Amino acid sequence: MHPAFSVIFLTTLIGVGQGLFLALYSGQIYSMMKLLPAQNSQSFYALGSLLAVGFLLAGLFASFFHLGRPMRAWRSSSKWRTSWLSREVIILPTTMLLIAFYGVIHYFDWNQPLFILVETQAINLSLIIGTLAMLSTFALFICTSMIYASLKFLQEWYSPLTVINYILLGTASGFTLAAVFSVIVEADVVGFYVLWAIILTVTAFITRVATILRNHSITPKSNLQTAIGIRHTIITQKSQGFMCGSFNTREFFHHKSLTQIKAIKNIFLVLVFPIPILLLLVAASGLAPLYLAIAAFIVQYSGLLAERWYFFTEGKHPQNIYYQSVA
Amino acid sequence: MQDPTNRSDKETGHVEIKNTTCYMCACRCGIRVTLRDGEIRYIQGNPDHPLNKGVICAKGASGIMKQYSPARLTKPLRRKSGTERGDSKFEAISWEEAFSILEERLLKIRAEDPKKFALFTGRDQMQALTGLFAKQFGTPNYAAHGGFCSVNMAAGLIYTMGGSFWEFGGPDLERAKLFVMFGTAEDHHSNPLKIELAKFKRKGGRFISINPVRTGYSAIADKWIPIKTGTDGALLLALIHELIKQGLYDREFLVQYTNSPELINMAEDSTEQGMFVRFEVPEEEGCFEPQNKLWWDRKLNKAISTHTDGVDPYLLGEFELDDGTPVKTAFQLLKERVEENTPEWAEKITGISAETIKKLAYEMGITARDHKIELPIAWTDCWDNDHDTVTGNPIAFHAMRGLAAHSNGFHTIRALGILMSLLGTIDRPGGYRHRPPFPRPIPPCAKPPKGPEAVQPDTPLDGMPLGWPADPDDLFVDDAGEPVRIDKAFSWEYPLSVHGMMHNVITNAWRGDPYFIDTLMIFMSNMAWNSSMNVTEVRQMLTDKDDQGEYKIPFIVVCDAYQSEMVNFADLVLPDTTYLERHDVMSMLDRPISEFDGPADSVRIPILPPKGECKPFQEVLIELGSRLKLPIFIDENGSRKYKDYPDFVLNFEAGPGIGFLAGWRGKDGKKFMRGEPNQRQWEMYAKNNNMFHYELPKSYQYMRNWNKGYLHWARHHGLIRYAEPILIHIYSEVMQKFRLAAQGKWDGKQPPDHLRDRVETYFDPLPFYYEPLEWQLTDSKVYPLKAITQRPMAMYHSWDSQNAWLRQIHTYNHLFVNPQVGISNGFKDGDWVWLESPHNKVRCQCRFSEAVEPGTVWTWNAIGKSSGAWGLAPDANESQQGFLLNHVIAEELPPHEHGKHISNSDPVTGQAAWFDVQVRVYKASDDEPEQTSPQFEPMKPLPGMVKKRRKWQAYFAGIFEKK
Amino acid sequence: MKQLALIIDLNVCVGCHACVTSCKEWNTSGWAGPMSDVNPYDANPTGTFFNRVQTFEIGTFPNTETVHFPKSCLHCEDPPCVPVCPTGASYKREADGIVLVDYDKCIGCKYCSWACPYGVREFDQKEKVMKKCTLCVDRIYDQTLPESERKPACVLACPTSARLFGDVHDPDSEVSQLIRENGGYQLMPEWGTNPSNHYLPRRKTHFKIHEDELLRVDNPLKKEGLLPEPPKDQQTLDDIYSSW
Ligand SMILES: Nc1nc2c(c(=O)[nH]1)N[C@H]1C(S)=C(S)[C@@H](COP(=O)(O)OP(=O)(O)OC[C@H]3O[C@@H](n4cnc5c(=O)[nH]c(N)nc54)[C@H](O)[C@@H]3O)O[C@H]1N2
Ligand SMILES: Nc1nc2c(c(=O)[nH]1)N[C@H]1C(S)=C(S)[C@@H](COP(=O)(O)OP(=O)(O)OC[C@H]3O[C@@H](n4cnc5c(=O)[nH]c(N)nc54)[C@H](O)[C@@H]3O)O[C@H]1N2
Ligand code: SF4
Ligand code: SF4
Ligand code: SF4
Ligand code: SF4
Ligand code: SF4
Ligand SMILES: [Mo]
Repeated sequence: MHPAFSVIFLTTLIGVGQGLFLALYSGQIYSMMKLLPAQNSQSFYALGSLLAVGFLLAGLFASFFHLGRPMRAWRSSSKWRTSWLSREVIILPTTMLLIAFYGVIHYFDWNQPLFILVETQAINLSLIIGTLAMLSTFALFICTSMIYASLKFLQEWYSPLTVINYILLGTASGFTLAAVFSVIVEADVVGFYVLWAIILTVTAFITRVATILRNHSITPKSNLQTAIGIRHTIITQKSQGFMCGSFNTREFFHHKSLTQIKAIKNIFLVLVFPIPILLLLVAASGLAPLYLAIAAFIVQYSGLLAERWYFFTEGKHPQNIYYQSVA
Repeated sequence: MQDPTNRSDKETGHVEIKNTTCYMCACRCGIRVTLRDGEIRYIQGNPDHPLNKGVICAKGASGIMKQYSPARLTKPLRRKSGTERGDSKFEAISWEEAFSILEERLLKIRAEDPKKFALFTGRDQMQALTGLFAKQFGTPNYAAHGGFCSVNMAAGLIYTMGGSFWEFGGPDLERAKLFVMFGTAEDHHSNPLKIELAKFKRKGGRFISINPVRTGYSAIADKWIPIKTGTDGALLLALIHELIKQGLYDREFLVQYTNSPELINMAEDSTEQGMFVRFEVPEEEGCFEPQNKLWWDRKLNKAISTHTDGVDPYLLGEFELDDGTPVKTAFQLLKERVEENTPEWAEKITGISAETIKKLAYEMGITARDHKIELPIAWTDCWDNDHDTVTGNPIAFHAMRGLAAHSNGFHTIRALGILMSLLGTIDRPGGYRHRPPFPRPIPPCAKPPKGPEAVQPDTPLDGMPLGWPADPDDLFVDDAGEPVRIDKAFSWEYPLSVHGMMHNVITNAWRGDPYFIDTLMIFMSNMAWNSSMNVTEVRQMLTDKDDQGEYKIPFIVVCDAYQSEMVNFADLVLPDTTYLERHDVMSMLDRPISEFDGPADSVRIPILPPKGECKPFQEVLIELGSRLKLPIFIDENGSRKYKDYPDFVLNFEAGPGIGFLAGWRGKDGKKFMRGEPNQRQWEMYAKNNNMFHYELPKSYQYMRNWNKGYLHWARHHGLIRYAEPILIHIYSEVMQKFRLAAQGKWDGKQPPDHLRDRVETYFDPLPFYYEPLEWQLTDSKVYPLKAITQRPMAMYHSWDSQNAWLRQIHTYNHLFVNPQVGISNGFKDGDWVWLESPHNKVRCQCRFSEAVEPGTVWTWNAIGKSSGAWGLAPDANESQQGFLLNHVIAEELPPHEHGKHISNSDPVTGQAAWFDVQVRVYKASDDEPEQTSPQFEPMKPLPGMVKKRRKWQAYFAGIFEKK
Repeated sequence: MKQLALIIDLNVCVGCHACVTSCKEWNTSGWAGPMSDVNPYDANPTGTFFNRVQTFEIGTFPNTETVHFPKSCLHCEDPPCVPVCPTGASYKREADGIVLVDYDKCIGCKYCSWACPYGVREFDQKEKVMKKCTLCVDRIYDQTLPESERKPACVLACPTSARLFGDVHDPDSEVSQLIRENGGYQLMPEWGTNPSNHYLPRRKTHFKIHEDELLRVDNPLKKEGLLPEPPKDQQTLDDIYSSW
């Protein structure tokens, strides 16, 4: 497929936002369970949520560049029964709202317990909204990834791994950002985020590499024989019917060389996984934590852009079989 | 959006529907144009038109984009004084200025030496008027595209059987069981052929295509026989050999309807050698063949007048007449001729296995013999034999430029005519069928003028500029045997150049050989590009000056509708209308749309007003004719006789009762073919789908060469002068007469000495195979490949690059080569390569194809354009990636014993030998630009052309301009 | 229920592109238009077309087949392009199974095109909405047109009548019969889209020569005394065996 920058930015930016929120939320849970020190509502949760919403907004903004008729985007919520895209369109603002609300609650510190659960655990509004937002975030991950994973004939994408990767890569980058954030706001949870960022990055590495390996061994179900219904071992297209390209030659094929694609793959494998882990480890060890954590995030995010670029180019659309030659 | 199912297109705007005739190509389909608020909404095939029966083609359906093309010329233009020809610096002038420039110049030429005015027209459909104008002007220098198109096809078959493929006749696929197609890509009757081909295949007919390339029609052939380019003559002779050897010929047909059993004088020292023996020699007045030849009667064992009742003559054999003259039948000579032409011999030449050739021959012969059709149609032949039925041998052929565009094409095509006759398929069901006004006498009656005295100041030409020589005395040469025409047509170099030789005009005029001319007027032909050979140099000739600094071709007038490459070289540009803006006639005097079952002609009636100041060329000629006071254009008082072209069409009579249109003649419109002018004729055509079609009675529809009823009908209706049988010329006496002249055995005109052996060789009364002339004169070891072009179905010559839709289908062209060629020459699919002939070279991009014979490389014709032409951006793909093969094709043969400047043409007919060029192909080096070579200075837009163009266009009829 | 569709007969398609431009011509000024062109007269022209004709070569020289292959939206019975559309702009008509796009609803997200394995949807670069073959829905029901012309533009145009139009659910329709009798098939059956457009394969007519057909008593050469008779002294059964 053609890697469109709008979609690359959309999916990676909201991934970061979603991951960051999940980091905040899990921080809150941990601290409620007294596994982590409690954090300042305003400077940590409210600000963190703002940052998460910021990323989601940026993603949303990028997505508009993908639409031919952005002014009509509102229409796209109508087919949620059948369309993952429609679901995403509903769930993305929902998630944003919930996270924003979560931030607002923290900002105004509406944290008086509403009721007590299992005798000891006080449940407050932020926890309820946070849990809803957490569910919404996961739903968003699923919707976004299912947009791709539900397309049967894009065999490279048609796999649970696509969903898993979106979740893991999004959360990994979100936790990395959380680490940066906690360094900045001087919260004493840096180690926690670094640890989880590393765990998530390593897991993501495993699933992403598994995906690459899986995709290498895919035999395409469609070929020229099935595409035009002629049984012969030697079929070549001479003319695709037009000479200077069409939507079909622009949208579904990357027009990139194999070496370029390979290079991008190697780049993202290095940028997304080992380098950020190293940087985070060193940062966690106390050496220039701010700069190194920022560096870790920037490196990882750029790597993710490359990863997403690769993800799209990796998708081999069967329609390309019909567009092979100009004469 | 509105529900599409309860919406009618007609609600969107004011809708009008009008009929006319398409001219996106020369097929002449009936079209129905829907206008919305005055702009074209839709062009569809007219379902009531007999030619296309409602279908249309890619071009026809893109007419909108031609009408709104930015390349359209809208104003008369004059080359700015002080600028050089070819710099595209023009100024708009008024029509009055344009006419007075022309009037002044042409009056002077006409008064001094009319042949200094040359009028050449391309793929137009109004030769009836342009030819008439030239004749009236008094110049012999007139021709249309035929010479550079397919004159071999016309001459080869018309000199054999009085009719031909091309636009004159065709295969009867409705009844055929086997269809064999030679060298055809698209041809003129393209929609009808497609309609018929599909029906033919669906009913289980077997279709064999013989072509070095498999595209288009050939794609759906049941069998594709890839033949080496230029060698069909050998294949055809081998097929004839095999059919004779196996006795798979239609003996009865050959005896009755051809000259096969006629006796030929074999006395070697006689001036009558090779001529038919005649039992009496009356004065031959008419242009028909008197029935005065002999058969050899097997019962009496002596010569007897042909077609004598009850005689069954020998078809083969040699005999001696009473006076001792040795004679042979024509068929005997044919048999002897093909004795050596075995399938094994042909295999080496054609690349087709002997096995395949034999099978092909058997298949043809068996189909013809065992699948006979008998139609219950009674008819009477010219010898008053009544027949209860019409018989057909259901094998149909078709052939076009793959045979014609070679310098051995005349003989190849004659061989095809003979093959078809052997199989007994001429004007019979399931075989070849004539389209009236064919068949014609062999040769047709019109003759070119006979010498320089035919050209006189202020006088119409004595004769028609073009005609059909019957013997050497019909040549248009002076006492020294030198040509009178600028293109050297009807000279000893190309005696039967019946369509003229337009492809030599520019070179000859530039060289002043045989003389210099003053004004060259080109109508509807792109001679600075795709219809010239040796384009690079021809473009220089157009701008070349003599020692005095005057242009060697002093004045060039171009009438075109678009900014073609040719316009660039004009001194005066006359903007023509499009086919949707003018009246036109597809006249019986030119090439009508006749069907097998009877004559038909058609018209165009304007759908839209002319754009800007565009004026139909017909109006220009009538205006000029009136101003120059050419006799037919003025009345007794010397003033203008015809108001306009429609008026001319109605009232002009070429002969008593014969006009441009055949339908609804006579005062009340009740006559046809012949009758007084009818002032309501246009209306009647308009009411009848713009066409007239007369269906002959069934008994007149077949065997028309020998059908007494038909011939008398045709004579009565002015189609022919003599109702005499038209026997098929298996043996061509016309050719023999030229050969005798070359041998010094002819009383009349004789060739100059240096051409004697050329004429003697190529004027063989029986077909033979020889290598195309260019191969004989260039080194096949250095240039081992042959390069040819093909018509793309979705483009018409150079016309359609200006068409926003069609140009997306063919934006540029590749050189198609068999992968073997690439592998052995070290280049890959898609590489940029040099295509080099002994003459010139072009750089182009190659594409590997398994559908081309390895000795042949090919490309789509006329896709490549000169930068800036056709309203396209200077960097448009057409000029940067597209290429023109014509650069490597020479218009003259290398100097050799027959002359320094012999045209690269068939030695019999002067047919341009487009497909003879030998080439080699090699990889362009990596540091060369990925761009076509040669390149030319980009043309600039002309005054009157659309100035600003958008990066996009969204056509929506009715609101196109506003959007 | 009705399912209108096109049948493409590869046996007779000569690749003339009539269907391509007549489609453009009808639709650009119709319900589904305009169909814009970008760079119409400049380098690299490109534009919206609903129908394209491609060319394939099968096999190697000299046993090469050239196949012309027209392709437009196949109006799938289970069209994957429809459910994915977030706006409902893409829909399949209940009444006749035609798959359409409502431009007024389309946001140009292109997702439907991703969901179509056949590459037949085209995003209009100027109009910024998704377009595709409409089966000429604005022709086939237009009561103001003569009955015989209520057919898709491409079908009416096609000189070889390689394009047939009809209801593939009606077993008695011409198209259903053709599919049954001539081995009509669907493209990329592996995806379960169940395209309603079908293609008919090449069919060949062969000719077999029997030697009887070459050795015949009516051979005209005999008349010229050219077919050798068996030598007079050759023995026959008459000469050597006579005990019956
Ligand atoms: N769409 C479209 N239609 C046209 C035209 C057009 O430009 N576009 N032009 C019109 C005009 S002016 C003309 S003259 C006709 C021409 O109609 P065609 O004769 O059909 O035209 P060409 O494309 O020249 O076709 C030549 C064919 O002969 C084959 N060929 C070449 N050399 C040989 C050979 O030695 N032997 C054999 N057996 N085959 C050979 C080529 O591969 C090609 O298929 O078409 C007319 N119709
Ligand atoms: N290499 C190669 N060259 C070939 C051939 C080939 O097969 N191979 N084929 C040859 C053959 S068969 C032919 S017939 C020639 C054709 O060659 P041309 O006769 O030159 O044909 P076109 O390119 O159609 O150009 C005709 C001119 O007519 C103009 N024109 C179009 N419509 C109108 C109109 O309505 N009015 C006026 N006044 N002008 C109009 C166009 O703008 C164009 O400039 O090409 C020949 N050249
Ligand atoms: S074949 Fe020629 S005349 Fe007929 S529709 Fe096509 S372009 Fe027009
Ligand atoms: S119009 Fe008919 S023959 Fe021509 S390309 Fe289309 S389907 Fe094939
Ligand atoms: S062919 Fe493609 S666009 Fe058409 S219905 Fe099927 S999936 Fe949808
Ligand atoms: S591009 Fe339009 S039709 Fe396609 S999925 Fe998006 S909204 Fe639906
Ligand atoms: S049915 Fe109509 S819209 Fe579809 S390809 Fe044919 S002409 Fe185009
Ligand atoms: Mo031609």
